[in-house]
Amino acid sequence: MSALQFSREELVNVYRTMRTIRRFEERVMQEMGTGDIPGNTHLYAGQEASAVGVCLQLRDDDYISSTHRGHGHSIAKGVDIDGMMAELFGRASGTCGGKGGSMHIADLRKGMLGANGIVAAGAPITCGAALSAKLLGTGQVAVAFAGDGAMNEGVMSESFNLAKIWMLPIIFVIEDNGFGEATANAYVSAGSFTRRAESYDIPAIEVDGTDVFSVYAAAGEAVERARAGGGPTMLHVHVPRYYGHYSGDPDTYRTPEEKAAMRRERDCLSNFRKRVKEVSLVEMAELDAVDAAVEAEIDRAVSAARAAPFPPLAALTTDVYVKYL
Amino acid sequence: MAQKSFRQALNEALHFEMGRDPRVIMMGEDLTGGAGANGVKDAWGGPFGVTRGLLDAFGPERIRDTPISEAAFIGAAAGAALTGLRPIAEIMFVDFAGVCLDQIMNQAAKFRFMFGGRAKTPLVIRATYGAGSRSGSQHTQALYPIFTHIPGLKVVIPSTPYDAKGLLLQAIRDDDPVIFLEHKMLYDTVGEVPDGAYTIPFGEARVARDGKDVLIIAIGRMVQVAEEAARKLAAEGISACIIDPRTTSPLDEDTLLEFTETIGRVVIVDEANPRCSVATDISALLADKCFDALKAPIKLVTAPHAPVPYAPNLEDAYIPSADAVVKAATSIIKR
Repeated sequence: MSALQFSREELVNVYRTMRTIRRFEERVMQEMGTGDIPGNTHLYAGQEASAVGVCLQLRDDDYISSTHRGHGHSIAKGVDIDGMMAELFGRASGTCGGKGGSMHIADLRKGMLGANGIVAAGAPITCGAALSAKLLGTGQVAVAFAGDGAMNEGVMSESFNLAKIWMLPIIFVIEDNGFGEATANAYVSAGSFTRRAESYDIPAIEVDGTDVFSVYAAAGEAVERARAGGGPTMLHVHVPRYYGHYSGDPDTYRTPEEKAAMRRERDCLSNFRKRVKEVSLVEMAELDAVDAAVEAEIDRAVSAARAAPFPPLAALTTDVYVKYL
Repeated sequence: MAQKSFRQALNEALHFEMGRDPRVIMMGEDLTGGAGANGVKDAWGGPFGVTRGLLDAFGPERIRDTPISEAAFIGAAAGAALTGLRPIAEIMFVDFAGVCLDQIMNQAAKFRFMFGGRAKTPLVIRATYGAGSRSGSQHTQALYPIFTHIPGLKVVIPSTPYDAKGLLLQAIRDDDPVIFLEHKMLYDTVGEVPDGAYTIPFGEARVARDGKDVLIIAIGRMVQVAEEAARKLAAEGISACIIDPRTTSPLDEDTLLEFTETIGRVVIVDEANPRCSVATDISALLADKCFDALKAPIKLVTAPHAPVPYAPNLEDAYIPSADAVVKAATSIIKR
């Protein structure tokens, strides 16, 4: 798959979404420093090409589920960034009315079934969404994003098994950033992820997650299989993680040199610019204009979030049940 | 009215609601039994025969025998509930909830709240519970206090065939996740059950027996024990009232308080372990809200704080007995 297969407009859109995720994350990191975003966040910066490449293959009504590191997936699936930023600030105007927070952003109107504070928990839930799609005959597919850390949770293997025996329209996207929290994947994972999937007769594709075109191509194959009734696929996507595991992580388990090299050599945005420049489809000035527009959009989202009210105290006991007991 | 077993009452509810609403599906281990075996279908009709006949009526797409994989299929049921189906998932023994507690406690119970009210989770998890079958510590617990503790879950513990049918129909139509617990020693009990569909609202206790001298609050199978105790007390000239809360979340506080106010003497009978239990919770509620009406200390008759044992004599001693209830009641009558 190359840049040439995209229209000019599509290329600009892909770039805009990746840039939006990057700036969202950088700004969240900055705002964490002010103390106005409560708790902690898990930042997606560096992994943008994975979420965008996959979600570009999805319909608006397709389902995704996400991980602790859920901002990128949400933005790629079309969740409103004003609502997301307000949610991070814990405000009533947030995606979940300020009751979810960074680790629980969800928007069912966009098919986003939730980030998740429990590693691997999204996998069986997404099997359920795929089952709904199959039994209701809607033609929807479901994507379960998970990290390399999730691959060592038993529920992941159980979900592979269920997805295959029920031939569910599901894609497991394993975003391998090399670390489960602070522990290297190489230190805690036996064998190969693709072989684990293949042992369930689930086709598995290894993908360079710094190249949005490669991810898009692999996801296209998987989505096509799922929609045609061919069952699950696994994508093992190799991505860098620019920040530590969480926003306060001093990230002392990686050297400054390693981190600098990662940003220099494995950046999906520079990679994209380079690829697009080679084929001269889009002027670099146009991409610079996208940068400026995204910057303004994130500024607006932060200002609006900061100005928004916190949820009323009565919200403490609403939404526990459909009707409170 | 027709006499039917607890098992039959549940089966009728499942048949009725699956026929009425095509979004209702079921999944669980050996829900039919025999799936994949050569020419054999619905061999078990479920491990306790509750789901017999559903496969023939509704087919394998809607009645799904799952792998032994609770975390995956309970999670899938939660996800399906979030996306337009109304699944009934069966955990064969509630003890196995430990394997999939994340999906119940952190996922299904919290979707609605965490998503700011923009989701509903019409999921029913049916499970068997309770001692008395000589099955040892891992197949016999009464774990309803754990679920009752978790906001977002509704917990239903029927004690009669009539209630089993009406409460299960209510559970399937409810838009929140419901834990529906069936005592395995109650499946063969028989009672009046109408042929048609009817629902029993959650949070409405049942007055199982009228009386004026002592109030016995009993949960699930313990209602039977309380009834036996009441008969013995009657022989001694003591009139016992029995209240069955039927659901521990929501809990019908009003009825419990009203009867406590009137009678003033209370025994709570609960098969679960006593620490942080429904019995201690109700006791605290009554002490807090109607202390002045109490004529004697509230008495709790529960299992000991121990796992369920295997040896028959030990298991029999573990389960609260009618004699223990009689003893507790008379001890506070005499005060």
